[in-house]
Amino acid sequence: MARNPVTWLGSPTFPQAAHKALADTQLRQNLRKATGTIRGRRAAAVGEMTDWEQLRVAGEQIKDDVLSRLDTLLVRLEESVTARGGVVHWARDAEEANRIVLGLCREENATEVVKVKSMATAEIGLNEALEAGGVHAVETDLAELIVQLGDDRPSHILVPAIHRNRSEIREIFRRRMGVEVSDEPADLAEAARVYLRQKFLTTKVAISGANFAVADTGSIVVLESEGNGRMCLTLPDTLITVMGIEKLVPTWQDLEVFLQLLPRSSTAERMNPYTSVWTGVTPGDGPQKFHLVLIDNGRTATLADSVGRQALRCIRCSACLNVCPVYERTGGQSYGSVYPGPIGAILTPQLVGDMHDPQAASLPFASSLCGACFEVCPVRIDIPSVLTHLRAEAVEAKGRTAESVAMAAAAWMFASASRYEKAQKAGSLARFLARDGRITSLPWPGSKWTSSRDVPAPPSESFRAWWRKNRG
Amino acid sequence: MASSAKEEILARIRGARVPAAAPVVRGYHREGSGGVELFAERVADYRAVVRTVTDVPEALKSLRGKRIVAPSDVPDEWLVDGVTWLREPLSIEELDGSDGVLTGCAVAIADTGTIVLDGGVAQGRRALTLLPDHHVCVVRADQIAASVPDAANPPEPTRPLTFVSGPSATSDIELNRVEGVHGPRTLEVLIVT
Repeated sequence: MARNPVTWLGSPTFPQAAHKALADTQLRQNLRKATGTIRGRRAAAVGEMTDWEQLRVAGEQIKDDVLSRLDTLLVRLEESVTARGGVVHWARDAEEANRIVLGLCREENATEVVKVKSMATAEIGLNEALEAGGVHAVETDLAELIVQLGDDRPSHILVPAIHRNRSEIREIFRRRMGVEVSDEPADLAEAARVYLRQKFLTTKVAISGANFAVADTGSIVVLESEGNGRMCLTLPDTLITVMGIEKLVPTWQDLEVFLQLLPRSSTAERMNPYTSVWTGVTPGDGPQKFHLVLIDNGRTATLADSVGRQALRCIRCSACLNVCPVYERTGGQSYGSVYPGPIGAILTPQLVGDMHDPQAASLPFASSLCGACFEVCPVRIDIPSVLTHLRAEAVEAKGRTAESVAMAAAAWMFASASRYEKAQKAGSLARFLARDGRITSLPWPGSKWTSSRDVPAPPSESFRAWWRKNRG
Repeated sequence: MASSAKEEILARIRGARVPAAAPVVRGYHREGSGGVELFAERVADYRAVVRTVTDVPEALKSLRGKRIVAPSDVPDEWLVDGVTWLREPLSIEELDGSDGVLTGCAVAIADTGTIVLDGGVAQGRRALTLLPDHHVCVVRADQIAASVPDAANPPEPTRPLTFVSGPSATSDIELNRVEGVHGPRTLEVLIVT
């Protein structure tokens, strides 16, 4: 089977990559500033909703319902899209999806296509596959364009160029667009507008992702801010949408939940500037050819894991990245995947589906298990529980050792917040065993661990407790 | 080929044996209390221009001297003198070269300061409200729904819909919001009371 391009070929394991990233003070400064800004804004946007918890519960339940009858709903979606003049394609993996999209571009004799930002197409490495097939894909989302022009890699789900500050962006634009521009964000946005305008007006094929698809009606939904999405979804003759099979909602009414959860969680706005909804082909308005490519690429394997499948509820808001103390320090590229941060740490290894892959197997350990990600997740993905579950799998894959037994116990403990906090309190008692802040011998089964190493004494206050007091 | 991929994916899903889910509890607010005032405030928060008016033709005199796109079915009284009205059929170049566009809307949402376009009366196809740099949208007070659930059930969800909340913007530089990218850089909402 071909390698899943969800992780970048040749990426070091997370600890190795993080070690290098931590030395980059510019990166840490950029990230601290950006994530600090968005954390405050998100808290305000969510704070004005008195029914936020009820919306989160509904979001979780709708997605769980989708996962429990995904086969029926996908067939229903295909019928609805087809009835409205669209064509539905199915792809088992990245390679098959890329082949389908390249074939569709060739049918239209396209050598250049415009793209709306899409995690699904980044996951399958579509741009590279198109390029190899002679089709150049132009990214039109500002941050995605910054990454593309900078020959860089994305580091955030919502803002792939979050690791770049304004003066770095200015340098990239000067070099690649050949324009003199200041480092004022408004001027940089204007430069992007001028650079892309003619492409929007003349390109015949567009490629998008999808935030949601309504099985009942066949409607596809894309949320965006800049209007580049509307340009791509409206002006070309042909639209190709690539979508993970889990992006469904059953009915139109379900959108009322996600249209409230997603903007506040991602850009911290009451509503994002533009949300486009289209259903197949509408005569006289927008592209007259519409293709929907449904991709599996590891999702059905994830679905088969009773603990891990909740990662498929993810709506790609990136709130978990913005609150994660690990992400803030290491940056997104350390995760070696288009899906970084806490959600990446549980989604990427599951999509890869091979815990013998050292890079993928290192990702579930990229966390302090502080739980902030779960608290902000709009669809209540219990990321810490999935992390510990996957840690146990990673250790298991290395063979049965005292460590794997301990990991299985840890997974059981982390599976419940109350069990975890009780264990932490018990851990604090272990301070009495410590001399000079190190514990050199633990009672069995901990002795299996301390026979070859010391354990730092647990602090008097747990990180979770500290975080709640200082950052929550 | 395509059908075999479909069969295989569906078989994998069935093989995953996901247990049935609990019924969805919709405990969130289905109705809100906001009206014209809240809508005006929330639209203004996006740095859009908001004017509450009683006389639409009078308010549209500000467009005099400009070349403005108007969908084929806007009310005649909106087509005030002194404006060069551009009417369909219009090419992409003509839309791009205009000074602005005047439309109505399908529904608006007070809580989020959103206008919803569905290509219905006085709205035109989607390109009309996309390429001109200045969008003037007339919203009648009776079109304003209080909340997203109030407004999220349009009569025909299969029409092409655009939810517009303020002028085009980006948060892509240091996660700070800047208005004005590819979509109209000026959004002007006229609330008719």
